[in-house]
Amino acid sequence: MKRFLYELSESWKIAVAQMRSNKTRSTLTALGVVIGIVAVTLMGTAIGGIQVGFDKSMAIFGDDVLYVSQWPWKRVDDWWNFRDRKKIKTEYAEPINRIIAATPNSNLVIAVPTSSLLRSVKNDQSEVSNVLIRGTVSDYLITSTFDFKEGRFFNDVESRGGANVCVIGYDVADALFPAESPIEKSVLINGQPFRVVGVISRQGTFLGLFSLDSIVVMPLPAFQKYFSAKSDSDILVKVKDKTRLAEAKDELAGIMRRVRGLAPEKKDDFSINEQQALKSTLDPIKNSIAIAGLFITGLSLFVGAIGIMNITFVSVKERTREIGTRKALGARRRTILLQFLIESTSLCLLGGFIGLGFAYIMCTGIGHAFPSFPIQFSLGLVLVSMAVSILTGLFSGIAPAWSASRLDPVAALRYE
Amino acid sequence: MSLVTTSGPTSPLVIDIENITKDYVMGEEIVHALRGVSLQIRSNEYLAIMGPSGSGKSTLMNMLGCLDTPSSGHYEFNGRDVSSMTDDDLASIRNREIGFVFQTFNLLPRADSLRNVELPLVYAGIDSETRRERAAHVLREVGLGDRLYHKPNELSGGQRQRVAIARALVNDPSIILADEPTGNLDSKTGDEIMTLFENLFQRGHTIILVTHEADIANHARRTVRLRDGLIESDDGGFGGIDNFPVEDPLAADAAVYQ
Repeated sequence: MKRFLYELSESWKIAVAQMRSNKTRSTLTALGVVIGIVAVTLMGTAIGGIQVGFDKSMAIFGDDVLYVSQWPWKRVDDWWNFRDRKKIKTEYAEPINRIIAATPNSNLVIAVPTSSLLRSVKNDQSEVSNVLIRGTVSDYLITSTFDFKEGRFFNDVESRGGANVCVIGYDVADALFPAESPIEKSVLINGQPFRVVGVISRQGTFLGLFSLDSIVVMPLPAFQKYFSAKSDSDILVKVKDKTRLAEAKDELAGIMRRVRGLAPEKKDDFSINEQQALKSTLDPIKNSIAIAGLFITGLSLFVGAIGIMNITFVSVKERTREIGTRKALGARRRTILLQFLIESTSLCLLGGFIGLGFAYIMCTGIGHAFPSFPIQFSLGLVLVSMAVSILTGLFSGIAPAWSASRLDPVAALRYE
Repeated sequence: MSLVTTSGPTSPLVIDIENITKDYVMGEEIVHALRGVSLQIRSNEYLAIMGPSGSGKSTLMNMLGCLDTPSSGHYEFNGRDVSSMTDDDLASIRNREIGFVFQTFNLLPRADSLRNVELPLVYAGIDSETRRERAAHVLREVGLGDRLYHKPNELSGGQRQRVAIARALVNDPSIILADEPTGNLDSKTGDEIMTLFENLFQRGHTIILVTHEADIANHARRTVRLRDGLIESDDGGFGGIDNFPVEDPLAADAAVYQ
């Protein structure tokens, strides 16, 4: 064991001396790995970013909330079977809640109606268009995950009474009230003034596609008074135990069938959606992007590895006599194998470090230039790319090191 | 490495070779490099192996140095059968029992004298402090106490060979195997190196010289001549310092040389 450590440190010294004395060659060879690691790392950060953005977007929906909607959240091939479905009505919430309350051991907590459409929101200074206007009840908070930047959600009394109050998203607040607090100020929607009682803290974008902060939430009666036409409604149902989501879905489907008065032989004419359904549609896309990206960037690392392999072969060839001498002095096969493996690995590690440095700089740069671009530089990524560098080094070093270790000392000593 | 006083024809056998052969396949042809060589070398002998090129001299040296194994025959080194050892066992024998001195010195170009001399100790698994100490000690012994931190390219040919000899000595081996040690040196430096070998011999080391130069072989106390893979002559003179001077005229020469 001790001898192994001495051999290890000896090999390390040789590797460093070797890199020092062949600076140009080592630099050029390591460059291949640098480029490979930069490519793989950047791809890794992008994939990490996509993943984080994806998870964040998914979290908006809550993993313990079921959505009763007109249509399913996934692609269907037989769209004609769904075409004639009736709209979901906000009024369903009441009977659903009644049934939940009457069911012992129900896995459902509460049903919350929501109704939404897009409208412009303005005040006397500016205007924001395409804002999601949503009418709901005060219980909406139970099914949602957001925090408040300031103010509060509308209370039960305002909710039932349909007061002209609203809670606005971060983007809306930012656009209409850049320099002041929006609380107790008015915004105009369809010419109707609404008093702002709260501002939702920043939620980000959904998969980078649209902002989740461009939203105004108001009591349902108020919403129905001014915008009822052309709005889409869903019923959000909170689940008690999210590990039994499938049961909850069945229970909810049963309730919905009762509410809609469907005969037993009729199919469901509504869809019960959940975050998971969306995830399972989007996951394969996300994964294939990740795999394709890593494969392509992995190729550049592979090219770098071949460069290292090549140079290690050259190094073995050049130092055949040295290998012979070392063997004559008592170096065993393992010692020689180790020596060249460490040489190739330290070259790769060097390349890996430099590559990681570059990748970090580039990530930070991209992050500053395009804040919306999803990039995620993590410690895990650093460790993974270090591990990848080491593996690359071992991979590219094993063949030359093996051939060096098998050299016949007599032939090696005589080699010119 | 104290002065040896107990040498003589009865001193222990270091090398006992019995009827070894070595065949190489070169293309279609089989070359019989050694055709049955028997040789016994005792502790504290000073032996020269001579012969023209193609005589099997180098093959015998590789065999003696445990760099190669015989095709047939028996080889015992210090009582251990080496003819059937694995590569790693042979490496261990080379490391502990044999000190190599090469014609071309074979020093590591980027390592200073100390590191070069330390190398066999690294492979022997000795800690770095002891390594430094012992390497510095043998370097001083060969007269390079002031060249510890010089790299080979900062040393003269003779100094390089001294570093190589120090490296051969550092593990206190049973034999020193020198292959044309003066072949790359001018005659004056060559003489200095031969004096060094003589000193080592006087201090009890066993030295085997492989050379084709008669005046180098003359320093040895015993000369074995090879021709066509067989021992042509072996003057058998045992050169332990107690027996000195022997009847061997060549050895007398060496005495004059001193």
